[in-house]
Amino acid sequence: MSEMCLFVIGATHHNAPVEVREKLAVDSEVGLRQDLSAVGGLREIALLNTCNRVEFYGVCADQASVDSVQAVYCARQKFEVGQFEKIRLRLTGREAALHLFEVASGLDSQLVGENEIFGQVKDAYAAAQASGSTGAVLNRLFQKAFQAAKHVRTHTGISSGRVSIANVAVDLATNIFGDLADTKVLVLGTGEIGEGTAKAFKSRGAEDLAVAGRRLERAAEVAGGLGAETVKFEERDVHIASYDVVVCSTAAPTTILSTSAVTAAMKKRPARPLLLIDLAMPRDIESSAADLQNVFLYNLDDLAKIAETNRVAREAEVARCRELLAERATSLWEHVQRYLASAPGQARGPGRPEGAAEAEAPRTGA
Amino acid sequence: MFVDLSDRQWLWCAAGFYTVGFLLGTASIIRGGRIHGVVIYLTILAGYVLQFIGLGIRGRATGGCPLGNEFEIFQFTAWSAMSLYLLIGVTFRSSVLGYFTSCLGAALTILSLSIPAWDAVRRTHIFGGNPWIELHAALAIFSYGVFGLLALTSALFLFRHFSLKSKRLGGWFSFLPSIRDLDHIELRLLGTGATLLTLALLFGSVYWSRDTSNVGHFKLAATVAVWLVAAVALGLRISGRLLSKRFAWTCLALFAAALLSLGAVDESRHPVTKPVTQQHTQ
Repeated sequence: MSEMCLFVIGATHHNAPVEVREKLAVDSEVGLRQDLSAVGGLREIALLNTCNRVEFYGVCADQASVDSVQAVYCARQKFEVGQFEKIRLRLTGREAALHLFEVASGLDSQLVGENEIFGQVKDAYAAAQASGSTGAVLNRLFQKAFQAAKHVRTHTGISSGRVSIANVAVDLATNIFGDLADTKVLVLGTGEIGEGTAKAFKSRGAEDLAVAGRRLERAAEVAGGLGAETVKFEERDVHIASYDVVVCSTAAPTTILSTSAVTAAMKKRPARPLLLIDLAMPRDIESSAADLQNVFLYNLDDLAKIAETNRVAREAEVARCRELLAERATSLWEHVQRYLASAPGQARGPGRPEGAAEAEAPRTGA
Repeated sequence: MFVDLSDRQWLWCAAGFYTVGFLLGTASIIRGGRIHGVVIYLTILAGYVLQFIGLGIRGRATGGCPLGNEFEIFQFTAWSAMSLYLLIGVTFRSSVLGYFTSCLGAALTILSLSIPAWDAVRRTHIFGGNPWIELHAALAIFSYGVFGLLALTSALFLFRHFSLKSKRLGGWFSFLPSIRDLDHIELRLLGTGATLLTLALLFGSVYWSRDTSNVGHFKLAATVAVWLVAAVALGLRISGRLLSKRFAWTCLALFAAALLSLGAVDESRHPVTKPVTQQHTQ
């Protein structure tokens, strides 16, 4: 007699270096699904395919079916099965459920607590649903994973604080200005860091951006990509009074923004705070500008320190999150187990039309 | 069973809710989690309703707005601050402001309830049936409640300013609203408080001009001083000459001055008409 099981099999950034993950990344999910539909005993399947992981979540009749999934996948990727087994992740039952909960919550991410993975898991589930390869068990598993992820993100500090320099800079701006929609941002310097920070501001709602660089053509190019204005670099001292945030990231050997220039700017806008972000090395802004009223100056070290503090704080929350997720995974697994034991034949295989199995979905309080 | 509660018992219940709001917020901070703004808002709302009932019972018994002794003035000040928070708390989505407001509510109500001497004597019909004087007193104390909320917002501003200047943004500081939002709220609250106090003094001055001996010099000087501080601070802020930290400290000083002036206000009352201790009024 066969024994239905929930499984996850795949490779992640923990054991597979980037060059291996490149080989394992799935190019055509449609083609792979077609191949997998031939695997006997496979009832349900969903694929999570991101830059840090390729994982198959599924329900199958027995462990041999899991081996078949592995074989089909390796054959399609032209990856040796023996090599794959050395780096693979393979879990079943409650552990598989717990793993998805942790992935969706960002606990298993390279950047612990990051939010992007939640959307990626949602997309993976939507794609599997659309292809008709999910059934009662996976539907319940993914829905519970989303609930669990939302719960830990709300009730723990796993997602609090940014961990990249550009995002920390944007967070600083929100601490000063709140909504960034009407916050004016001037970026001095057209290098990668300046451009990245400008993009971060744009993505978080800042609409009024301007770029200035020693080379006007390059500044215009960067500004064009951001939908920003271009400002003459030589006229920066005149312009800073009009902006709420000034990001400096030039390669200048000496400071390009003096305290006297900032003082003059503040006289024109005494009631409005000014955030100066100095991402350059050597520094672009005279450090004594920090002493001025309503001026907040942060340099690269300050931002790096905040990012590191946030990262450590997130790490410290991992154990608490795991505890919360483990309870939920146990509860879910108990219900799924009962369901699989009572109606093994009703779990739907990939490609089979949605039907009676959906009506039998286990109702859990997890 | 609840209808048998005395005004003070209702007010104790209100103080309990404000304290629960404060404790819930503190527990969230200690756990390192997020303060639940909705929970605190509802807790304050429950306390506010109970306090309204308590003050209503007291008002019926005293035949007017319950501002007859220090206990009632503190209670009314707390109630005024809560009224305004419940109005602005919805739009100004700051769970931290709710946390501090519940702290202020708990502090003012428990302090006034814990000092029996403040409520040892109750004065009835203190406004002599003159609705203008009653309006004058109610507006003046309401403006003090606004200044209480202004003081809280200013304290939050100073915390946020400190966190940004000292580059400590994690932990508790991460729950603070932005410095620009706090500055805007400070300005609006000061404007509201100053306007209410101006109206209160205008109504009072009409009564005072008819009989100047009716109002003690000390009370007159203290309340006018509070109004002057508020008006000057507002003028300087609007003209851009009192900003940032200095403005926040001035707002804190304004509330301290308002609280100190309450003693002078209370002493200037008419003679006691009805000494009562711990009576049950319904």
